[in-house]
Amino acid sequence: MNKQGNTYTILYASVMVIIVAALLAIISVSLKPLQQANIEIDKKKQILNSVNIASTSKDAVEMYAKYITDSYVVDVNAEKVEGLDAFNVEVAAEVKKAEAERKLPVFVAQLDNGDKKYILPIYGAGLWGPIWGYISVDADGNTIYGAYFAHQGETPGLGAEIEKVVFQSQFVGKHLFVDGEMKPVAVMKVGQKPLNGAEYVDAVSGGTITSKGVQDMIENSLLPYNAFLKSLVK
Amino acid sequence: MKNKEILLGPLSKNNPVIVQVLGICSALAVTSKLEPSFVMAISVIAVVALANVIISLLRNTIPNSIRIIVQLVVVAALVIIVDQVLKAFAYDVSKQLSVFVGLIITNCIVMGRLEAFALSHGPWESFLDGVGNGVGYGLILIIVGFFRELLGSGTLFGFQVIPQIFYDWGYQNNGLMILPPMALIVVACIIWVHRSYNKDLQEK
Repeated sequence: MNKQGNTYTILYASVMVIIVAALLAIISVSLKPLQQANIEIDKKKQILNSVNIASTSKDAVEMYAKYITDSYVVDVNAEKVEGLDAFNVEVAAEVKKAEAERKLPVFVAQLDNGDKKYILPIYGAGLWGPIWGYISVDADGNTIYGAYFAHQGETPGLGAEIEKVVFQSQFVGKHLFVDGEMKPVAVMKVGQKPLNGAEYVDAVSGGTITSKGVQDMIENSLLPYNAFLKSLVK
Repeated sequence: MKNKEILLGPLSKNNPVIVQVLGICSALAVTSKLEPSFVMAISVIAVVALANVIISLLRNTIPNSIRIIVQLVVVAALVIIVDQVLKAFAYDVSKQLSVFVGLIITNCIVMGRLEAFALSHGPWESFLDGVGNGVGYGLILIIVGFFRELLGSGTLFGFQVIPQIFYDWGYQNNGLMILPPMALIVVACIIWVHRSYNKDLQEK
């Protein structure tokens, strides 16, 4: 057969595409359960991270079962939504909805000393891709106990610094409410202050857009929790 | 002797980054820290070597008019497999590399070796050539990553190596080292040193 002819070329391309597609499909399907398990373990690690509990891929499931005592979904009026598993709520999809329609997952952690912390998931956009994280709040519904941020593809050394402890620890002890009104923590360039009087932390130098993304993410994701956080203080 | 040359040539006299000036884009993107440079180097070695072998085995069947497409399909398939395997068995590493794994497809070195070597040589030579070029590329990445992380963040592999007392005396990390342009300048310095040792590479 003529190896430079059109028929041969078309046949060659078709057969190659079918073989490669089949190969990739088989690999994708057979590795899916393992990948899914990894993603769930990773999510548990992240949730634990926001209450400053370090876990490894090996003991994350065990630690999660030990410390996260309760989880539920609330709506914007702090009413519990029945029949939903907080762990499986897609926060990425929820943050795009109007506040009134959002399903808001809450994870309750009970620490070794008996303190209860409420963990709230957040999700937003950085410079190159999505950023997300978890903020844990004290039982007063106001003081931040810990913060965890992660990103998909921010620039290493610049925007990616948001995943470092140095950046995240700035949030500890900040308050979400100023004079009884919810004003989530802002992320500001050194020397600047937010106009609305909210508490603030220093942005990452060289990571302006990512820092802005963190601020927008916190604002957009946490504001619907207003009623829930207020309901914690009776 | 010939095989040894194929394997070791790309490390110095025929280095893909500092002599052929290929793969500069990724040398710029991933080298602000040593760890991603290291993992990227290993991934590229695996992809170039395997792609070289596969294309070399197929070289007598590939129609000339679609050979670039065939090469692309092979490279893309390999990169997706590497990505999937990392996600299933080394999730933490795959999270760190994120988009960089996918970017191996666009690395000029991979296509360059397929086109220049694998299409005209046997599988074993092609394998050695792939490993050699991958290591040559990785070597430069690691040197650049070393200097950028050390001077830019004062750490190596994430561990603090510049003692605190230096900072107390007024030493500051050089933030410019973390920015992409410094990768080019570091690569240029490597080329400078390399050429001054290898006089035959100097242009008249």
